[in-house]
Amino acid sequence: MFVRGLKRKCFDGEEDIEGTLAGIKAIPSYNLQRQSLLDMSLVKLQLCHMLVEPNLCRSVLIANTVRQIQEEMTQDGTWQMINTQSTGQASLDCLVSTDILCRSSREQAEGKHVPGYSTFNKDFEGDQAQDSLETMSTASSVQAPRNLQNNVWEMENPQENKGNFQKSLDQIFETLENKSPNSVEDLFSEVDNSYYDLDTMLTGMMSNTKMGHCDGLETFTSPTTATSSSNCKSDLNELDHIVEILVES
Amino acid sequence: PADIISTVEFNHTGELLATGDKGGRVVIFQREPESKNEPYNQGEYNVYSTFQSHEPEFDYLKSLEIEEKINKIKWLPQQNAAHSLLSTNDKTIKLWKITERDKRPEGYNLKDEEGKLKDLSTVTSLQVPVLKPMDLMVEVTPRRIFANGHTYHVNSISVNSDCETYMSADDLRINLWHLAITDRSFNIVDIKPANMEDLTEVITASEFHPHHCNLFVYSSSKGSLRLCDMRASALCDKHSKLFEEPEDPSNRSFFSEIISSVSDVKFSHSGRYMLTRDYLTVKVWDLNMETKPVETYQVHDYLRSKLCSLYENDCIFDKFECAWNGSDSVIMTGAYNNFFRMFDRNTKRDVTLEASRESSKPRAILKPRRVCVGGKRRKDDISVDSLDFTKKILHTAWHPTENIIAIAATNNLYIFQDKVNSEMH
Repeated sequence: MFVRGLKRKCFDGEEDIEGTLAGIKAIPSYNLQRQSLLDMSLVKLQLCHMLVEPNLCRSVLIANTVRQIQEEMTQDGTWQMINTQSTGQASLDCLVSTDILCRSSREQAEGKHVPGYSTFNKDFEGDQAQDSLETMSTASSVQAPRNLQNNVWEMENPQENKGNFQKSLDQIFETLENKSPNSVEDLFSEVDNSYYDLDTMLTGMMSNTKMGHCDGLETFTSPTTATSSSNCKSDLNELDHIVEILVES
Repeated sequence: PADIISTVEFNHTGELLATGDKGGRVVIFQREPESKNEPYNQGEYNVYSTFQSHEPEFDYLKSLEIEEKINKIKWLPQQNAAHSLLSTNDKTIKLWKITERDKRPEGYNLKDEEGKLKDLSTVTSLQVPVLKPMDLMVEVTPRRIFANGHTYHVNSISVNSDCETYMSADDLRINLWHLAITDRSFNIVDIKPANMEDLTEVITASEFHPHHCNLFVYSSSKGSLRLCDMRASALCDKHSKLFEEPEDPSNRSFFSEIISSVSDVKFSHSGRYMLTRDYLTVKVWDLNMETKPVETYQVHDYLRSKLCSLYENDCIFDKFECAWNGSDSVIMTGAYNNFFRMFDRNTKRDVTLEASRESSKPRAILKPRRVCVGGKRRKDDISVDSLDFTKKILHTAWHPTENIIAIAATNNLYIFQDKVNSEMH
């Protein structure tokens, strides 16, 4: 299995074998965590309080974090589908477990082995070429809401992905600048509808997808969860509507 | 809950203490004068006045609510019998005048006790109205309203030492106002990029120098401080001094920038130093040294490994304030679990105390607390995982001269006094 470059800032290339092996084990976990941090950040940016202007400082800091992750992912070239490694049910309760991302880059470079962060459904093991239909249907289980978001982003073309990030960030700042009731609609209207395969529509899997997406949002222990998930559902209803129009035409 | 305290501020003598809350209300406490007759009652703070400073508003242009929450209160130096303070929400700053009335005139010739005109035929002699004592009445009136100065949310106000001007800072701009003029303000800092998409840094706090009326400092979300001189140019976009500590490359993570964001900046009383608070530390900066702080104190370094979770639940964006004591020898800041920390700059000793009903019976001595991070655990220690992150002490204030501190814990205000000038342990 081809080993992708691990970002090592403080080390030169000469590593002992044990360190490298431990490093290999740490790579997928780091990428998964980084991906979920990215997803979390994008969700945070898009979940605006509709009534009150969002906190600009917070939005800027989150957007900068997203840019950082994006830059690093570009450097690493990690746009391919990450193979699973299930080392058991890792707790999503980050307060208890140790987070790789919170460690300094020095610690990561030392290749500490940490408990895997298993976010992928077993069904995904080793299959890079799954189309979006299967992705969504198997990811619809309530237990693994993050799978959907991870896979949805991963399945795309890397160039498109980068473009989408930039688009999202730009939209978000425009939204913050010209806050209007249509803002969230605008954000969602630019979502790449190629996710939503025709097959998906016709076999009625859309309801599962919606469910997964919203549950994913609800797992975040944000104080705004109550209002945000209802916003999300209404926005996804609108997305639904848009897609229906596309299908009909 | 509208009574969550959002700001706390002593006036220049320490006689008055003002608090602002999320519901737009201001409550002023007054210190009881010390008297030898009642030694136990001396120096206690009691409610002096309560008034509604700001009301919720609606911005029709943007279809957005404007919160009435009081972000900051700053007292003006007292120039006559009245007290004045500035209070601000996200958009509008108001100047309030607080006056006392404890006498009223009685014995008018033309009016009776209720104020009705007397029948002139009943008036047979002239009398001179006399001032008679009455129950103390505290009157608060809005004297100025400084509106429409800010597009973004106001985070700081600061009164200039000239006592004529003050500044207000929002996320991207800082304005200079004259206290008597409400329809004009001067923009002195503007960091808004031409393209909002290029925005990567915002203003987080600002303050005038306590003695030099031309100097002020503002902090940013990237952890830098800029000292500006208003004599240099009308628009102070170019700083006179930039205070920034280079990042420690070994400690770098995706959260490095967020935790470096400065949430509060305060000049020392001497004017020689600045105190800043970022997510995990408080730092003392010498105005003569821009390259790094002269002192750094860890507030709750045990949170460094929990940053991912704190990012998830938004706690990482909490803005803690910091404060100097009167002699600039001790600094204080809040933390989670209703803990607050004090650092003695001379002895380098620090203490963690808790503001809670259980541990604060009147005249009880506060017991130092300890957070244990694994390893040996003493009897009353709290483990990191059992800290309550919803109980945060964001707002604290220190009396200008004495060892009296005001701590806001959600919707409760605690006032602690140090009767004996004992050392911290």
